[in-house]
Amino acid sequence: MTEDNFNTMRKSLVVLLLLFTLAAAAVAQSGGTLLINAAGATFPYPIYSKWFDVYHTAHSNVQINYQSIGSGGGIRQLLAGTVDFGASDAPMTDDQLGQSKVKILHFPTVLGAVVPTYNVAGVSGDLNFSQKAIAGIYLGTITKWNDPELVKANPGVKLPGDDIVVVHRSDGSGTSFIFTDFLSKASDDWKNKVGKGASINWPVGLGGKGNEGVTGLVKQTPGSIGYVELIYAVSNNIPYGKVQNAAGKFLKADLAGVTAAAAGAAKDMPDDFRVSITNAPGVTSYPISSFTWLLIPAQISDAGKRDAIKDFLKWMLGDGQKFNEGLSYAQLPKAVVGKELKAISQIQ
Amino acid sequence: MSTSATTMDRAAPPEAGPRSLFHRLRHGDEVAHVITLTFAAGILLLTSMLVYELWVSSHLSRAKFGWNFFATSTWDPVFDDFGAAPYIYGTLVTSAVALILAVPLGLAAAIFLSELAPRKMSDTISFLIDLLAAVPSVIYGVLGIFVVVPLMRTTVGPILIGSLGHVPLIGQFFKGPNYGVGFLTAGIVLAIMVVPFIISVSREVLLTVPREQREAALALGATRWEATWKVVVPWARTGILGSVFLALARALGETMAVTMVIGNNPKIAASLFAPGYTIAAVIANEFTEATGDLYLSALIELGLVLFLMTFILNGLARLLIVATERGGGHPS
Repeated sequence: MTEDNFNTMRKSLVVLLLLFTLAAAAVAQSGGTLLINAAGATFPYPIYSKWFDVYHTAHSNVQINYQSIGSGGGIRQLLAGTVDFGASDAPMTDDQLGQSKVKILHFPTVLGAVVPTYNVAGVSGDLNFSQKAIAGIYLGTITKWNDPELVKANPGVKLPGDDIVVVHRSDGSGTSFIFTDFLSKASDDWKNKVGKGASINWPVGLGGKGNEGVTGLVKQTPGSIGYVELIYAVSNNIPYGKVQNAAGKFLKADLAGVTAAAAGAAKDMPDDFRVSITNAPGVTSYPISSFTWLLIPAQISDAGKRDAIKDFLKWMLGDGQKFNEGLSYAQLPKAVVGKELKAISQIQ
Repeated sequence: MSTSATTMDRAAPPEAGPRSLFHRLRHGDEVAHVITLTFAAGILLLTSMLVYELWVSSHLSRAKFGWNFFATSTWDPVFDDFGAAPYIYGTLVTSAVALILAVPLGLAAAIFLSELAPRKMSDTISFLIDLLAAVPSVIYGVLGIFVVVPLMRTTVGPILIGSLGHVPLIGQFFKGPNYGVGFLTAGIVLAIMVVPFIISVSREVLLTVPREQREAALALGATRWEATWKVVVPWARTGILGSVFLALARALGETMAVTMVIGNNPKIAASLFAPGYTIAAVIANEFTEATGDLYLSALIELGLVLFLMTFILNGLARLLIVATERGGGHPS
């Protein structure tokens, strides 16, 4: 190596060292901010990042860093103690709660819904899907679009005799959990043979990755049916069908219907908020709806973090809810908000 | 020239008198030795830690399913029943399809670029090919979804099913229904992804064949093609095989592009038009939401299986190279 080369190397080393020092100084500067780490569900990520951002603007000393790594990952990290709180689209199971060293509280934050989307030749209007029809299609027992079960629910619509191509999510997801939770209530066959979960053993169909993967497959494949989150269908102008609710009515999903489902379930809401609101009673309740939860330890030893998290929860249940509809999330019903506000005092 | 000079230096016997440590340090030999050794050992350490971690974390699944893990084809996270067969099958089939399509294509292109094309054109095209090799896989996935999948469903699929579908023996590989997504589509997208590797590496290897080899063949009265096919290509075959195995390694581990076009359905089907699933794809799809301990452990065991597959295939590749090297120099 020549002298020149050596000098350049030494120079670049010095520059690198300087940069490191500067970076370290910058980190030290931000020491006044209280950093709270959280991780979990991807479905509510748009509203959570909005909330955390707005909250940070109002309380510049608190920064909540949320990683949308998926509900399963959020629960695992919470159990491992690597995050301050978690978030999940499905309530934790008793088994999972048993693994935790401290008690974990569930706080419903927003509501979401799942809608069926389809691509059937010659059909432009909204199709009606009875509970039996959706379960039959996803079980593989209903295979043609002109199946009597579909014809009966759609008087006046000329359904073709094409094969139904079933599309589902291939990645583990809260959307699949909500959808299969509904199917388990709609059909005993589904409940006993397939069950509910973020990932399941699908009896039939193609898998698409993410809402966009499912939508892409449905758009491209004639005769296909899939399911996507309401927020995704609305923001991307994807047409979707009506679903029969517990009262027998065919409803097209909208935010009011989702809140109605939650209100219907609020009456017998358990104290730990772990409740499924799919197929909720009520004429106006949209049947494939669900809460999504923040998972918060009941004991937080760091007083600063504890106060910040409690304050954030109060804000989220009040002013925070105003941001929901702009992002196509349904608001929590008043009764649930009141109950949650009381539960905040359990955090110690 | 300078490289050969250094090699000569290294090959030369050590100086008569023992050099002082300071002297050796000053010249950097010892330092370079220690640094390079550390890094080489680091690779070894990294690999063994990887295997160790996969082995330990897959304990639950290995204990519960044993060898059945390889033989059963149910993958049911709800009832905690896991079998890897459809994923292993899908990984092997898509990689095989990719290589069957990409090797002839890549080799032919490399021969053209190194032997026949004018140097300027060859250099320009190689630059573009190297660019292709650097394109992120998700881009190929998008290309797959919007171009290859519709093409397969509306044009290529019906033609293949209509023609090859009736041929005895191979007909079973070309049966409907044709959704556009499936093993063949994934194989084609993978082929598009790995072809740049084969071309780029093979071309470099072909260019290193000494000119004397070509001249000797031509002097003996061989035509240009004969000289290329019977002398230059056999001379370079170790390197060409290397490029093929590099391509295979990429095809086996590819995740994003495959999951976007394969249909993600863990079934074993003879038809190349059927939807399937690969190991890398299922790990990427399900890992984030895997909550149960056994479920997570089974996914990690899939990772171990993929590692083993790469290991075995690489071992076979080494054997193949050794075998062909033995016959090297006497191309028939």
